[in-house]
Amino acid sequence: MSFDPSLLASYAPQLREGLELTVVIWLLGSALAVALGFMLGLASYAGVAALAWPVRIYVEFFRGTPLLAQLFIAYYGGPSIGITLDAFTVGVAGLGLYGAAYFAEIFRAGFASIPEGQLEAARSFGIPRMARIRRVILPQMLVLVVPSSTNLLIILLKDTAILSIVTVPELTFQVTGMTLETFSYVEPFAALAAFYWALTELVAFLGRRAELRLGGYLRP
Amino acid sequence: MSAFQHLPSLWQSSALLAAGAGMTIAVSLAGNALGLLIAVPVCLLRLARGRGARAAGSAYVSFFRGVPLLVQLLVVYYFLPALGLDLPPFVAAAIGLAVCTAAYQAENLRGGFLIIPAGQIDAARAFGYNGLQRQRYILIPQALRAAAPTVINEMILILKASSLVSVVGVADLMRVSQNIVARELDPIRWYTAAALIYLVINLVLALLGRAAERRLNAGYARGTL
Repeated sequence: MSFDPSLLASYAPQLREGLELTVVIWLLGSALAVALGFMLGLASYAGVAALAWPVRIYVEFFRGTPLLAQLFIAYYGGPSIGITLDAFTVGVAGLGLYGAAYFAEIFRAGFASIPEGQLEAARSFGIPRMARIRRVILPQMLVLVVPSSTNLLIILLKDTAILSIVTVPELTFQVTGMTLETFSYVEPFAALAAFYWALTELVAFLGRRAELRLGGYLRP
Repeated sequence: MSAFQHLPSLWQSSALLAAGAGMTIAVSLAGNALGLLIAVPVCLLRLARGRGARAAGSAYVSFFRGVPLLVQLLVVYYFLPALGLDLPPFVAAAIGLAVCTAAYQAENLRGGFLIIPAGQIDAARAFGYNGLQRQRYILIPQALRAAAPTVINEMILILKASSLVSVVGVADLMRVSQNIVARELDPIRWYTAAALIYLVINLVLALLGRAAERRLNAGYARGTL
């Protein structure tokens, strides 16, 4: 079992392509998950009766079933009802819709953490609703939301590996292809683990930076 | 398998599936409960004043959040026996799930602690609460209340991730359905059944989570936007 770094060098273009695609899909999927999750969390907190059940069903379905099963349904089941999507779209949409269910709960927790008295005070000062959300609720709830969101962004990053099964040529897909061509497993999988680890540490670092910035008002 | 041998094939497989579901519930329940117990001290380390304590907490989170769960399970099952600590598969699986989920739960809980205004801690101190009493009566109840939905999120993730425990020899729902498919050759039926069972277990867990939230929210007015 020898370690041959030149093997990695000869596959550098494929690895770079895979790494770029992993990052792009993760960024797009996460953006969709955060945006949709925020709206779902707001809807389930706002207490609009017509939205309560649809949101709840969405969250419980996408949170309660495995991502792989959802991807299979979209990628292989989609064509039978006339929806044919390419692997990239399925990857981004699948990751985004899956993550949104978890983000919905994180944001709901954030909204619920704001004391009722503050909202009453803001209302009695005549602050409009959008300004109440933007200036009173958001700055405070983000302190609660950021650590859990960092968790989830790391989970979504690692879950992009699952997309290789529906033929998205991201990092894990490229590395698997490399093992099939070279019959060596140590170097490719060591590189794979190192790439994911570096990316998750980067996300964790950015999360800490965000915390320091957003939580500044809590420190005297 | 022998216990169900007198049954017709379909019933036999269904009984096996039910036993697998029971094992999935048991192992993820044990892993989640133990994981929360580990998460509280890890979270307190992350929030501590001392630089050493904070570094220890960060190292725990960084390692167990960064290494894939599958690797952690394999280490607990194959590496600990090499050190003379021989664990039965169920215990190894529960510990593997617990140490991993503790890293995520510690972060979820930390979010809950962060939003508690510093003035409350000063007030509690002024009333003569010691450190342990401040945690027990002031901080932990509020942190748990605020973080409850995110804690349930992670519990559901671990329940789904428990489909990996078969690699250390636990006959959970996923392994049992694989075995049934190997014999009955009807993957769509049996994997769909397994998926539905996972969904139902998660629904029950989510409902229990909502009930716990209602309890933790007792005495708090619900905010209106």
